[in-house]
Amino acid sequence: MKGLRAAIVNLLAGDRHADRVVPPSGFTAQLTLFAAGAMAFLAVFALALSLAAGRLAERWGDELARSATIRIVAPQEQRAAQTDAALRILDTTAGVASARALSNEEQQALLAPWFGNDLALDSLPVPRLIEVIEDRTGFDAAGLRLRLAAEVPGAVLDDHSRWRAPLVEAAGRLRLLGWVSIVLITAAVAAMITLAAHAALAANAQVIRVLRLVGATDDYIALAFIRRFTLRALSGAAAGTVIGMLAVLFLPQASDAGGFLTGLGFRGAHWLLPLLIPLLAGAVAFAATRAAARRTLGELS
Amino acid sequence: MIDLENVAYSYGGGELLSEISLKLAPGSFHFLTGPSGAGKTTLMKLCYGALLPTAGHVRLFGADVRGLNRDDIAVIRRRVGVVHQDVQFLDHLSLTDNIALPLTVSGRHAEAAGGDLGELMSWVGLTNRADALPPELSGGERQRAALARAVIMSPDVVLADEPTGNIDWEMSQRLLRLLIELNKMGKTVLIATHDLSLIRATKTHVQARVLRIANRRIQLAGADL
Repeated sequence: MKGLRAAIVNLLAGDRHADRVVPPSGFTAQLTLFAAGAMAFLAVFALALSLAAGRLAERWGDELARSATIRIVAPQEQRAAQTDAALRILDTTAGVASARALSNEEQQALLAPWFGNDLALDSLPVPRLIEVIEDRTGFDAAGLRLRLAAEVPGAVLDDHSRWRAPLVEAAGRLRLLGWVSIVLITAAVAAMITLAAHAALAANAQVIRVLRLVGATDDYIALAFIRRFTLRALSGAAAGTVIGMLAVLFLPQASDAGGFLTGLGFRGAHWLLPLLIPLLAGAVAFAATRAAARRTLGELS
Repeated sequence: MIDLENVAYSYGGGELLSEISLKLAPGSFHFLTGPSGAGKTTLMKLCYGALLPTAGHVRLFGADVRGLNRDDIAVIRRRVGVVHQDVQFLDHLSLTDNIALPLTVSGRHAEAAGGDLGELMSWVGLTNRADALPPELSGGERQRAALARAVIMSPDVVLADEPTGNIDWEMSQRLLRLLIELNKMGKTVLIATHDLSLIRATKTHVQARVLRIANRRIQLAGADL
């Protein structure tokens, strides 16, 4: 723990003399920069996906949970009476904020995609629909069904739970997928930086021997590599994050026509979250390089 | 200072050194001779903690190396200047930076840029090569640079393993004079060499003790020139 704290302090303080003892390396530097940049770019999208899925899950879970529909399936001559009876029951049902029967025009609009605009509702046995909006406490669906069954035989209550549940579950899974992607991206960054650090340490075995010969401690040698890889990962990830955020910024704006896809992005304070990605990449690079350096230095003794 | 007591060292199932006892007292001058493969380099490495004995005790400035971790040994090594036949430098750093490397790794950056470094460069005759990169140096220049690097921390002991192996006679005499000067400054010097002419050349300048390794043991310990 003490060594870790000292390593972090030294990392932040910097030591240009120590930095110079490790020769500048070509491909590992570019590999680290590219990997960190590409992964940060992907992480921004995974984050955006996760947050958008979260918003969707909340909306579906919240808005749809607060509405229900009652279908009045009755002969034409009883439909109006049963509708009124149902509305009366709803009027006295605790947890119902409002209830109203859809007008003919509204029902026609709902059916227009299938039957066209000229549909004569009276000529078809189309049930009457009642839209029910719950208040915060919500109503007792089972109790309401019993009351409707007793007083309005043609009423069928649909509280949307049957089709809402899989949608909410799907949105929740999508959100989880986004977070899993971020975890996998983080692990991939750690793996790539570990490989690059191993390659750099192996390529510099001669340098390490010379440094040991002149009295360099393992911490000193390790820090020279840690600083290099951490700063590369930090700068690569910063560039990838900025590009990723710009790409998200220029995605099409959310619209009903576009559905979920156009809602992919950040809202409000969520724009600050991607700024954590470079810091995470730096921390991952620090830990990965430190572990690789300790292992390699142990093997070289 | 450096004390080996009944030391043995085995590698790959075979014993390379056995029953080695050796004390390097402050200000003493030693030669270590013996045929190639006798174990001179191994014994030198035991003397600065690069190898650990498989039996016996090696004490560096009073501390048994078995009780030390790598970082402890690294710190102790700053008190021991080492010169190898195959001198190793950091090829991307200038000669000055390479010579100052022991100061750099011990956090004494200011001294690395100070006037003492210039004096040291002058002492080994490399002032005009200060900015050269190691691959640009001749064998003799590399050996003198290695000696400068070995003594920049003002160590108590200088260990030189075949320091004249890759250089001509004239240059080896120059290097030897530098080592004798160091001894006269009070430094303990141990030179491993199979070159007896080097030992004879030292005779007129300094009281040196010759140690000969053969059959895994020091056989002529205590023989003075």
